[in-house]
Amino acid sequence: MSAIELKTVRKSFGVVDVINGVDLAIESGEFCVFVGPSGCGKSTLLRMIAGLEDVTGGDVFIEGRRVNAIEPGDRELAMVFQSYALYPHMTVERNMGFGLAMNGMAKADVEKRVAEAAAALQLQPLLKRKPSQLSGGQRQRVAIGRAIVRHPKAFLFDEPLSNLDAELRVQMRVEITKLHRQLGATMIYVTHDQVEAMTMADRIVVLRRGVIEQQGRPIDLYRDPDNAFVAGFIGSPKMNFFKGTMRPDGTIGLAETAFAPALSSRPGSDQQVTVGLRPEHFEIGAEAGVALTMEIDLIENLGGNSIWHGRLSSGEKLLVERRGYHDQGLGSSVPISFRPDDALIFGHDGRRLR
Amino acid sequence: MFTARTGRALALHAVLLPLALIWLFPLWTMFVFATLPDDGIFGAGIELLPSTAFADNFANLQHDTDFIRAMSISIGVASVYTLISVALTSMAGWALARYRFVGRTAVIGIIFGTITLPYFVVVIPQFIMVARDFNMANSWFALIVPPLFNSLGVLFMRQSFTMLPEEVFDAARVEGIGEWRTFFHIALPMTRPTLAALSIILFLHSWNNYLWPLLVNSRPEMMTAPVALGSLIGLTKVSWGGIMVGAVVLTAPMLVLFVALQRHFIAGISAGAVK
Ligand SMILES: Nc1ncnc2c1ncn2[C@@H]1O[C@H](COP(=O)(O)OP(=O)(O)O)[C@@H](O)[C@H]1O
Ligand SMILES: [Mg+2]
Repeated sequence: MSAIELKTVRKSFGVVDVINGVDLAIESGEFCVFVGPSGCGKSTLLRMIAGLEDVTGGDVFIEGRRVNAIEPGDRELAMVFQSYALYPHMTVERNMGFGLAMNGMAKADVEKRVAEAAAALQLQPLLKRKPSQLSGGQRQRVAIGRAIVRHPKAFLFDEPLSNLDAELRVQMRVEITKLHRQLGATMIYVTHDQVEAMTMADRIVVLRRGVIEQQGRPIDLYRDPDNAFVAGFIGSPKMNFFKGTMRPDGTIGLAETAFAPALSSRPGSDQQVTVGLRPEHFEIGAEAGVALTMEIDLIENLGGNSIWHGRLSSGEKLLVERRGYHDQGLGSSVPISFRPDDALIFGHDGRRLR
Repeated sequence: MFTARTGRALALHAVLLPLALIWLFPLWTMFVFATLPDDGIFGAGIELLPSTAFADNFANLQHDTDFIRAMSISIGVASVYTLISVALTSMAGWALARYRFVGRTAVIGIIFGTITLPYFVVVIPQFIMVARDFNMANSWFALIVPPLFNSLGVLFMRQSFTMLPEEVFDAARVEGIGEWRTFFHIALPMTRPTLAALSIILFLHSWNNYLWPLLVNSRPEMMTAPVALGSLIGLTKVSWGGIMVGAVVLTAPMLVLFVALQRHFIAGISAGAVK
């Protein structure tokens, strides 16, 4: 039995369809990340699981029980918001224990749970403070603490790190991942940041315009995307897309060259396709097989690696990622190459051809 | 160091100071008159410095009308009025801010519309209703309840509830905190500055209310302080010094309250203005 299951869930706000039939089963103990561009319906989907929004169609199950008509407070979930959503007039201690106390838990038990959560999150020195006396990262830890004390069936996170600065975001990312391992709890985590999705998830669910584009293990989405959208969304720097033309001999014409793709079925000739190549799949020189010429516009040196911005002979832009420091002359042309097996081929509708 | 900033401040205060004096002058003369013997008030010149007859004037006042009792009644009525009115207006404001229901916009519109009605248009029908139709003149109920109708307070509270962050209440719902408890333990404390400002406004409203208590009550033992003071003016021998003492005693607590709470008051009023 899945911890949380969605069956053809739909949501409309008036005439606007926001979620268009989502089927999903999240296993107990899984860390599931909903990722997608802003406005694709991630929050709406999460809020329907929480019960904060009614579903327009379909069913939501929590541990096998249909909860469509169950109040949020009776779903035994916990939610962490981007804005922290702490009770501003209560101390950290009170913030964490308030919900339990309001639900009739004995004072001693509340204190015990708050102490446990505070220990897990290193919040003990802050227990007597008000939210206004905390930094953003501390506030979000309190919000997570408030979720932990509930011993919920699942944790729901809605972009919890988006208000934090970059360094803190990395740190909290690690903390939440550790917490997941420590608690073994089911977690659903919403983010628009594919780095968070890649690094934290057991499973990523990519959403676009209210439908699931693809779901699976992070590395599977990275290596084996079903469509151009997922391929472009997952991975940083982004995948390069080039125009390709199927030729009668089964090869694909790309800029000044042609290569034999790793496809099991052959699309019709003269068909336009899109060739996807990740920036790290290019070699400098011709060793990798399919040779191209790149004109360099700019090199961003990050120290450990460098990102080359340039153009093919066809004028199409591309990014190449290399290890180490490089300062090739701008405007110069360099030979580059890639292995045919690394190229992903997409049809005109964006679907992957395999 | 004389900077452009201090220059501006000086110029500003050069304008503010005379204005402040214009406002303060009547208050000062009221205080001065309260300390003058009756013949001093109507003397040839205008007295600008206090004298020593305050206690005598107060004795005269207490002799003409039981002013201490009237003050107690005013305090009691204003306190009860404020408590009930804050409770009602904040609940109504919360309902209008948080719940979507059919006709909500219409309700808000009607409440808003009543603000434009002058009090004097409302007070006569209200009086006829209470005194004639309900036959409730001269009762505590009539003294306190009809003025509770306060659309400004409802809109004031609605506005401040609307500005609270939505997600805090989502968090409360997920935690299973009921609607009443969310209101009392989360929404109300979060609007404390507005509540404080509203309480002061409502208290003042009741404290200064002259027309309604005058109309609805004719029993001397239920007179509020402003009505008691007003009733003195018709007497054959008017003790103006006594009336001035009454005015000072009526005004002083409000002044003290306002000065003490000024900061919260202004924070509450402008809470709607700055986001
Ligand atoms: N309460 C609402 N009323 C109307 N439209 C809404 C409401 N909430 C969200 N939407 C719309 O639904 C879409 C998805 O929103 P949301 O789930 O918040 O996206 P995401 O979290 O992925 O950025 C957006 O286009 C948004 O404008
Ligand atoms: Mg969102």
